[in-house]
Amino acid sequence: MASESLTTSTTATALSKAQRRLSDRIGEPGLRGLTWLAAATSTALILLLIYKVFAQASEAFSTFGLGFVFKNVWVPTHAEFGGGAFLYGTAVTTFGALLIAGPMAIAISLFLTEMAPRSVRRPVATLVDLLAAIPSVVLGLWGIIVLCPFTAKVIEPVLKSVLGWIPLFGGEASPFGLLPAILVLTIMAVPIISAVTREVFETVPGSLKEGALALGATRWEMVRMVILPYSRSGIVGALILGIGRALGEAIAVTMVIGKSEAIHAQLSQPGTSLASTIADSYQGASTKLELSSLIYLGAILLVLAVIVNLVARLIVRRTTLRAAQAGGLA
Amino acid sequence: MSDERHTERTQTVTQIITPPRPEPQVSSEPSTDPQSATTTPPALAPELAPQNAAARQVRVEGLRAFYGDREQLKGIDLEFEPNQVTAIIGPSGCGKSTLVRCINRMHEEIPGARAEGRVLLDGYDVYDPDVDVVAVRRAIGMVFQRPNPFPTMSIFDNVASGLRLTGRRRDLDRKVEQALRGAGLWDEVSDRLSAPGIGLSGGQQQRLCIARSLAVDPEVILMDEPCSALDPIATLKVEELIAELKQRVTIVIVTHNMQQAARVADRTVFMLDGELVEVGPTNEIFTNPRDTRTEEYVTGKFG
Amino acid sequence: MSAVAPAAPGAQPNPFVSDTHLRRRRLRSRAMEVLALIATLIAVAVLGLVIVSVAVKGASAISFNLLFHSERPFGEAGGGIANAIVGTVILVALASAMAVPVGILVGLYTSQFAGSRGASIVRFALDILNGVPTIVTGIFIFALIVYGKAQSGWAGSIALAIIMLPIVARSAHEVLALVPTDLREASLALGVARWRTALRIIVPTAGSGLITGALLAVARVAGETAPLLLTSSIFATTVGTSPTTALASIPVRIFQLTETPSPQEHAQAWAAALLLIVFVLLLNVLARTLFGRSNKRSKATR
Repeated sequence: MASESLTTSTTATALSKAQRRLSDRIGEPGLRGLTWLAAATSTALILLLIYKVFAQASEAFSTFGLGFVFKNVWVPTHAEFGGGAFLYGTAVTTFGALLIAGPMAIAISLFLTEMAPRSVRRPVATLVDLLAAIPSVVLGLWGIIVLCPFTAKVIEPVLKSVLGWIPLFGGEASPFGLLPAILVLTIMAVPIISAVTREVFETVPGSLKEGALALGATRWEMVRMVILPYSRSGIVGALILGIGRALGEAIAVTMVIGKSEAIHAQLSQPGTSLASTIADSYQGASTKLELSSLIYLGAILLVLAVIVNLVARLIVRRTTLRAAQAGGLA
Repeated sequence: MSDERHTERTQTVTQIITPPRPEPQVSSEPSTDPQSATTTPPALAPELAPQNAAARQVRVEGLRAFYGDREQLKGIDLEFEPNQVTAIIGPSGCGKSTLVRCINRMHEEIPGARAEGRVLLDGYDVYDPDVDVVAVRRAIGMVFQRPNPFPTMSIFDNVASGLRLTGRRRDLDRKVEQALRGAGLWDEVSDRLSAPGIGLSGGQQQRLCIARSLAVDPEVILMDEPCSALDPIATLKVEELIAELKQRVTIVIVTHNMQQAARVADRTVFMLDGELVEVGPTNEIFTNPRDTRTEEYVTGKFG
Repeated sequence: MSAVAPAAPGAQPNPFVSDTHLRRRRLRSRAMEVLALIATLIAVAVLGLVIVSVAVKGASAISFNLLFHSERPFGEAGGGIANAIVGTVILVALASAMAVPVGILVGLYTSQFAGSRGASIVRFALDILNGVPTIVTGIFIFALIVYGKAQSGWAGSIALAIIMLPIVARSAHEVLALVPTDLREASLALGVARWRTALRIIVPTAGSGLITGALLAVARVAGETAPLLLTSSIFATTVGTSPTTALASIPVRIFQLTETPSPQEHAQAWAAALLLIVFVLLLNVLARTLFGRSNKRSKATR
């Protein structure tokens, strides 16, 4: 009786072992192959994307060449297209946003890592991060109805009276324009820059901070002497990520920027950007050339975004390399 | 303005009442002879040289230190003699580092930590509410267990960093050289002052940190196990340095190495469980301790 | 400066004199601290402002009519956003169905099966894909599927899926790589094949982290307008459910509603924005609390 059950259990084990070996024969290469396929497809995807966008822009590219990028003209009726105004708008709004968001986000990160009482750090950090979760169309809606009138009634007149001698700030107050676009992009860039710089600041070794304090530095002097220099490349990386975010933003910008293809020097005046124009004019495009020109703008945007991404990666790699070296030395 | 006048007046008064303590024979100019530079530390600037024996004296009165609710130091009364090296020994966790960190008010930088009591330098309480902690730390320097030169700064900038903070930017070159000579590092680095500070060896980095502290002319230098991360040769160099430095500053050194205490310290303090057990001349502590706990510790029965 | 009476005979000069220079340094440090505080307050205030605006203006416009009726043909008053709500649900569901499994498979590949070179190539490609502006993704799908033909819900959801993919893949990789190696090695040492180890042990351990990644990707993509503008923006006013036609979506509808100056349309836009922001914030909070829990658990097993 005992031996019988032993034999049956051995047979059962042998059977299930055979089953398992079979399923292993299928399963192992099966899963491996499946995951490889998914990975290969994803990798091919980006290549296909770049190819397709450039291909679709090729008509405009062959008509206008590289000069398109800087020429400021957009007259669909005369089949004349050039991206100058949009590039200018993208540049102004992106760098304007960075100028405000950069220092602001760094200040926020310093507050959250060095100065705030421990109990409020996590919740406030979460709140700042939540800014990034607001969909851009909602921010655009808020921008049109709440921010733009405020900009026209309060911000622009104040700027004009205080700094009006600078051409940037001298224009007539108008609700839609480059300035609200800059403000909206700032709101979007701050959480990203802050999240990354927060991580970077938290890696600063406590012994360095102690050393500065024990030398007789005030808190701000310690930040300036130790934290900021140590985090230099991390901060640059964060700023570049912020640039990437601002660069590609189409919706919120198009809703508040006012759509004007002229290049104005004043921030209060309406403007345009690469991304916002595509969003705006896509439906109205009537000719193939016009559509292709719009996509040419998209290609320019893609190139810029990829460059930004690559630079950010380079900086991240250099930062982690230096951190590893410093760790080894200590 | 009135502070300077007050200082002048007190200096004149003390000169009449008490004869000035004989200062070590030094020239007022930095010596260009490398030999004498390493054996005779340059003079302190006259406006900073205290006139009285009570200068550079640290008294701890009723010091209690807490980490949150936990009491780490349970009431310490202690005097550190000026221009002497005092070692603090004791088993791990006895509170020696905490004590030293209370002297330059670094203890309170830890979240939730606080201290009660008085710590007097030259008779002035570092915990006085009118005193800025930055001024305390300028007068009482600190060298840490692991050398911590600022990695983004050159050797020169590291030493000059404290000077630049206090606004004493004139004569930086001379003062940096003085400090580096005082730390016994000048000969080794004078040709590469713009090299990064972290490029030095461990022992050199620690001497760089000492130079950095010296540059701001402190009265006291606290050392928290300064040699525990160094090799024996570097340790020896630092110990030789300590013997020289005590002519300029009062030194308090925390060490878990009793032989080191025996080598460098004039007086030794033994602590246990947050309390002061015994204090006295070093060779008495080691050869003829009065307390049995001290005897057990120095003979290696525990710790 | 109040000085405690010195203990030693004869007064010493106060070593802690606070001269004007020190006072200025102290002031500068305090000023910087205040600035940092102000910056943080501004950020939080803006967040509050936006949420409150949406909540107040949106709540007043929400009505049964709005939620369950669709747009009226041009010119007629009234109407609602029912078609947009249904459309968003369908588009996001389809996009998730495509992106989440593929993303997890890619994460499995890069963390479990790939060699270091293969993994870095794939992660590099995904990184670039992640950095592509969403409007360019829209252009891509437009050029691929829509150009010359017609917009469709499929086009829209594929565009959304492409945006979700790198997000899901990266978080899946991180969570799967976080599973303690001892667990994996113990399983392999017992003779369990790699694929079984992956499916039966590693994936379940990483389970909630994978869900978190998926939720965050959904939250991100539910509010995307730009890619849909080019692929699924010319839609009927009735509620459509077939992805072969262009489907309405909440973000696109909000965008369209703001193009007119009509206050009724704006009110509808606020209501739609309220729905969207509640959905997105809920997902975010859910994902964070879920992730917090799974993070603690995986740390406990170490």
